[in-house]
Amino acid sequence: MSAEVETLEQPQELVIDKPSEPLFSKRRKKFVTDPLNDDNPITVQVLGICSALAVTVKMEPTLIMSIAVIFVIVFANLIISLLRNLVPNRVRIIVQLAVIATLVTLVSEVLKAYYYPMYKILGAFVGLIITNCIVMGRLEAFAMGNKPWDSILDGLGSGMGYAWIILTVAFFRELLGSGSVFDFKVFEAVGLANFPTNALFVDSIGAFVILGILIWVQRSKTGYVEH
Amino acid sequence: MQQSNRYIIIFTLIMTIVVGGLLSLTSQVLGPSQKISIELDTKSQILSAVMDLQPGDDVLAIYRDRIQSLVVDSDGNEVTQNEKGQPIVAEDVSILKNSKRPAAERQLPVFKFMNETNPSQVDAYILPMYGKGLWDNIWGFVAVSSDLESITGVAFDHKQETPGLGARISDKEIQLRYVGKRIYNQQGILVSIEMVKGEQGGGDASIQAFAGEPNKVDGLAGATLTAKGVNKMLKDYLNNYEAYLQKIKSTEAI
Repeated sequence: MSAEVETLEQPQELVIDKPSEPLFSKRRKKFVTDPLNDDNPITVQVLGICSALAVTVKMEPTLIMSIAVIFVIVFANLIISLLRNLVPNRVRIIVQLAVIATLVTLVSEVLKAYYYPMYKILGAFVGLIITNCIVMGRLEAFAMGNKPWDSILDGLGSGMGYAWIILTVAFFRELLGSGSVFDFKVFEAVGLANFPTNALFVDSIGAFVILGILIWVQRSKTGYVEH
Repeated sequence: MQQSNRYIIIFTLIMTIVVGGLLSLTSQVLGPSQKISIELDTKSQILSAVMDLQPGDDVLAIYRDRIQSLVVDSDGNEVTQNEKGQPIVAEDVSILKNSKRPAAERQLPVFKFMNETNPSQVDAYILPMYGKGLWDNIWGFVAVSSDLESITGVAFDHKQETPGLGARISDKEIQLRYVGKRIYNQQGILVSIEMVKGEQGGGDASIQAFAGEPNKVDGLAGATLTAKGVNKMLKDYLNNYEAYLQKIKSTEAI
């Protein structure tokens, strides 16, 4: 109990010491840049793998999915951070879940109304953002104990960390599996009309392979080792 | 910070009301646009059996000008009311639900594709159908020519056939194989069109290989079971619609 009170008061002292921390101070920039590489939600924390496999067959759905996840994670972080001192501790997980589920339903309804073909492809997976561990992980680990602006930056960082990985996976899967990028036939355009596409990459196996290679490359660079 | 039970209950109550209100508001506000989106999607699918829709086409206008719809039963009689006496709209009939009923009790929508210059002349009859592929549902819209003998175009789609194998039924390349095929054999018996096992190279080679076989099309390499599902669906529904097709034929002969 006392430990919690202490941590709660520390940020207040910080504010008194430095009454105007710049909006993008070094500390805050780290919230955005860390998840992009050193603390990437997919390749380092290994969260959100299921959707990384499911939606990355083509670039366009992946892009929509990325935007949806960034939207949900940023606003969920903001809302929970604003409510963090009001949320009863014993039901906090349910409150977080309700916030995420509401945002996800909003995204899904908007897609259904204005982008129906994409809704047909992504429908089930947009709903599954609710179970995406990245979103809930950020709420529980960050937004519950930090101020709104910091939480927005943190959400943005994690969301973009997720986005660039699945977009990279999708790029290679669509290129090698369907011979196109954003449905633009790359190989036909450069005169290789009968370039053999590999059905393995259309299947989720392709995503595993590319994700594995990504993790390998990243870890050999950062020297990160799992304990 | 352990809150009292009363605080927790009040908090969750307020949260439920706010969240619930927000969601029902969204649903109310977006409802009309969603309905239009779904309608647009259904109509694009129907039209895709007879024409190549380009992005930017005004699907709703084309549909309004070119399509006349009606619902028939398996005896070929037009149905205008359902069991409760309410009028039936062909676009609202669920093909999926009807596919689960016995063939004789199905409501069968027919979409007549009218001639562009002479709006009373039918260019093609578009018949919706539903069936089972290897993993899940498959469905399609099959356009039968105005002489009721052959296929002018098909549009198949699927829920989750294997990508690269069975999922190819939704590719234009595969659907082109059906164009010009006959649904009757030489004795005038309805035999439907069979997708065979094995594949002769794909593309034009596949169409060439079966040019002399009016009741067969080339198969899908590695997706024999999906092809079987397509065959079953086609045969099932063409038989279902046969009474109606025969009826038009006999009235036209007079």
